[in-house]
Amino acid sequence: MSRNIDELKIQANTIRKDILKMIYNIQSGHLGGSFSMVEVLTALYFDEMHYDPHNPYLKDRDRFVLSKGHTAPALYATLANAGYFPKENLMTSFRRIDSMMQGHPDMRKTPGVEMTSGSLGIGLSAANGMALGNRYQGIGARVYCMIGDGEINEGQIWEAAATASHYHLDNLVAFTDVNGLQNDAETKKVKDMLDIAEKWKAFGFHTIEINGHDFNEIFAALDAARNCKGRPTAVISHTTKGKGVSFMENVVAFHGKTPTKEEYENGMAELEHAI
Amino acid sequence: MKKSFRSSLINAIAKNAENYPDMIVLNADSARALKLTDFSKAFPDRMIGVGISEADLIGTAAGLAATGLVPVVVGFSMFVSEKPFEQIRQAIAYPNLNVKIVATHSGLCVGQDGATHQALEDMAVIRSLPNFKVFAAADVTETEAALEAMLKHDGPAYLRLGRDLAEDIFEGRKNFTPGGADILREGDDVTIAACGLMVEQALMAACSLRSEGIRATVMNAYSIKPLPEQLLLEKAKKTGAFVTAEDHSIIGGLGSAVCEYLSGNCPVPVIRVGVPDRFGESGTQDELYKKYGLTADHIIKAAKQAVSMKTMNAKG
Ligand SMILES: Cc1ncc(C[n+]2csc(CCOP(=O)(O)OP(=O)(O)O)c2C)c(N)n1
Repeated sequence: MSRNIDELKIQANTIRKDILKMIYNIQSGHLGGSFSMVEVLTALYFDEMHYDPHNPYLKDRDRFVLSKGHTAPALYATLANAGYFPKENLMTSFRRIDSMMQGHPDMRKTPGVEMTSGSLGIGLSAANGMALGNRYQGIGARVYCMIGDGEINEGQIWEAAATASHYHLDNLVAFTDVNGLQNDAETKKVKDMLDIAEKWKAFGFHTIEINGHDFNEIFAALDAARNCKGRPTAVISHTTKGKGVSFMENVVAFHGKTPTKEEYENGMAELEHAI
Repeated sequence: MKKSFRSSLINAIAKNAENYPDMIVLNADSARALKLTDFSKAFPDRMIGVGISEADLIGTAAGLAATGLVPVVVGFSMFVSEKPFEQIRQAIAYPNLNVKIVATHSGLCVGQDGATHQALEDMAVIRSLPNFKVFAAADVTETEAALEAMLKHDGPAYLRLGRDLAEDIFEGRKNFTPGGADILREGDDVTIAACGLMVEQALMAACSLRSEGIRATVMNAYSIKPLPEQLLLEKAKKTGAFVTAEDHSIIGGLGSAVCEYLSGNCPVPVIRVGVPDRFGESGTQDELYKKYGLTADHIIKAAKQAVSMKTMNAKG
């Protein structure tokens, strides 16, 4: 575990640029919610998780489940940077016909994708299954799940929360990417879920609130999760949708809007200058 | 000219807002994507958003219907048919509640979002439910006519639309009756029954077939349930061969429904054009239609096959 924060910041910046490139290139895909979780993905794949990109199906690998599957660009860019497949694929495959990188994550097509997703609400249940499966097989690996703060409108998330808690899944960490926006508008306007941390606590989770763009806070949460026995951990990750490009930050439209040429160039310029 | 389903839907809803003061529109975090925000601005208390919770969406609609209102649930096909299927069965179909479901983004036409978002089985599952009517609209005019017909009808109904652009086939006004169909072209050799976006392909196919000496009847089979039984029977007797075409799995949709009816009433060869028994993938609509067999060319091939089977049958 290197935990070189400066290097991780550069890695996160590279991933953001790759995401912007791939979405601009195909003129389709979800920017806002991809950008908001980049630091958490970077911390997981470039420090925390145990895996081998050349041997993606290792029995004892840690797994990441992207429940908010529409933000696949961030996962694909992370996996490419982690060495699962060549970075060129981000441009030639994403959202194209006959390709290994579908619009939403497909575990049968993309190495490193642990669970097929895209229909919101399903991922945490699958992550529970993986955590239970590992435990049953005596595998010490950990399972991480990323859920949207709009996605938690789905009842199944809370069914799964109760399951994780009931089975004391201390090998599971559920992140909620609290970027405050969903498809239509602010999450508080679409359906106010009130105090999100209180909800996870009430379901029996060891619950930690962090700034999801701050590596130190992310690692503190991951360490605390590993040290917590007998309970699953919920990390309430407060983030900014569209983080990294000023005019995309906190803008509802950039949930699914693709950048124009000018927006792309200005966005890339901002990201270039950020490091 | 091509027009957008999504823009037409809001027109259709807005047009009916005055005539049907009991109409309430429900959505699950898709008002912006479906361009419904104009309606919520004009009628803030007649638009209910429940967030991303489709099971809850369906149950809420059922409750509204129980109070005598007419809920219209609008959303992406996958998320308002297949995801909350059991809620639709238990809370709408079985109690026979007056809920309308309007499903956009149906079939492979969804394109780049890929298989998770491509509802290829929605007609199959909803059609299997007693009390439900199942319709598919081929263009913008038909979308408006369909919504009006659904509002007039008292009972559960499902309308299937494409994602975005559709050729303007009916321009202006058209009839829309449960159990009805439109004959768009007459021909004695084969009947092509199509629905939704495949109607346009069927018309193109009929044109090409004509130049090869095969005269096709083209039927816009917008009412998948109830089927236009009399018309199917009449055309089966007249042309003796059928092709069905739909942007849906070949299992359970229009093609299956036509086979189920004709096999018991006037067995003739029926070749089904639709998505083979497999999931879709990302790609543009055109690419996917070519790869999965949903083009005029595929209909032409099927029509020739159906005609040749008819001759073989006659030779015995
Ligand atoms: C079951 C389901 N319903 C609806 C959608 C359409 N949809 C895609 S993204 C999205 C909003 C997600 O919001 P959130 O979970 O907050 O994600 P983020 O803001 O991080 O992108 C919706 C409604 C879907 N993919 N799945």
